[in-house]
This record gives sequence, C-alpha cells and structure tokens, in this order.
Amino acid sequence: MLTITINIVYIMLSLSLLMAFVRLTRGPSLPDRVVSLELIASIVVAFVGVHAVDTGVANLLDVAIVIALTSFLAAVGFARFLERGGPR
Amino acid sequence: MTDGIVAIFLLAGATFVLLAAVGIVRLPDLATRMHASTKAGALGAMMIMAGVATHFFEQPEVITRAIAIVVFILLTAPIAAHVIGRAGYFLGIPLWDGTIKDELRDSYDQKTHVLKSGFEDNSPGKPPSERGDTHKDRTEN
Repeated sequence: MLTITINIVYIMLSLSLLMAFVRLTRGPSLPDRVVSLELIASIVVAFVGVHAVDTGVANLLDVAIVIALTSFLAAVGFARFLERGGPR
Repeated sequence: MTDGIVAIFLLAGATFVLLAAVGIVRLPDLATRMHASTKAGALGAMMIMAGVATHFFEQPEVITRAIAIVVFILLTAPIAAHVIGRAGYFLGIPLWDGTIKDELRDSYDQKTHVLKSGFEDNSPGKPPSERGDTHKDRTEN
C-alpha cells in the first residue's frame, strides 16, 4: 500500500515541478522567477523526503537540510541584488 | 499501522505542494503567486517531513533531523517571502488590475525610494523647519 502511495506522490511532485518550471521560464520579471525557484527548492526537499521513505536510507535527510539552507540564502541574495539595482 | 499514517502524511503534503504549483502558474501577479507558493509549498514540505519522521520512528536521530528541517523551513520561508516581496515592490512591479488595497501607494515614492509615515507635516509643537523627517529606505546603499 505504501509503495502505491509513494508512486502517486512521486507523480504529483513531478507535476508540480513541471508547473513551477513553466513559471520559471514564462515569469515576466525576475522576482517571479525567484519565487518559482524557491518553490522548486521546496519541491526538491519534499522529493528527497519521499525518496528517503522509499529507499529506507535516512541519511538522505542531510541533503534536504542543505537544499533548504541553500534556497533560503539564494532568495536573500537575489533580493539584495534586486534592491541594489541589478539588471532585471 | 505506521504505513497508513505515513501514506496520509505524504499524500497530504504532495497535495499541498501540487496546489502551490497550480497557484504559481494560475495566479495573476507577484504578490498572489508568492501567497500561493510560500505558504502552501512550505506546509507541503513540512507535512512530508512529518511523514518521514513517522516512518523512521524507531530512530531518534532521524526524527531529530526531520524536526530540524521542519523548524528551518518554518523559520526561513516567511523571511524569504518578505524579502522577495519587498524587493518586488521596490522595483515597482505592477500589481494585478483587480487589486483592492495598496496601502503604500500614497506614501511611497517610486523614484526616490523614500517611504513617508504620514505624520511628518502635522506633528504639534514643532516649527516647520524641524518637520519632514522622512524615513530613508536604504537609498544610501
């Protein structure tokens, strides 16, 4: 039962990754793309969690911690870059 | 038993993430897109981490790591959303046509990036020369 659920969850997460990528390519301004990148990072964290449950390898959670940290730092860096007047 | 709880947590988290992705495609402007992605996406990732913690409930170190991820997302998602939304308003990215309320429109100067509080000119007991202390919005950077 859990295997079927994990497959369904993989499909749902892949669909959401696809839609976030649509916004990443279409987004009219750079902040839209940054928001989309942040959502992509959340989706990847969720993917890593589901994969840890799927394979039973608990050490994969360290990857999730690092991805969450990197996405936060990227968002703050992009925002500072935009406020200082970088190209949009 | 545990598998059922894990399945419910994973499905709920994936549903929230999927809703966030639908919102980020369908909603009309930056603020509403952020409203969808930041809250629903963070909640989805946190629920999936709750499912992971339930699945590895015999290993306390794994539960600790999952809780650390949840706390980290809970702390950083609002900060990142605030910072990006502030940068978006700072750049003057147009809001949606159906926007009802924009409270900064009258007090924020888009050209000079100066934010007025609205109380500069009518403070009692001061000569006019000492009024007009505008809050500079980090224009010196």
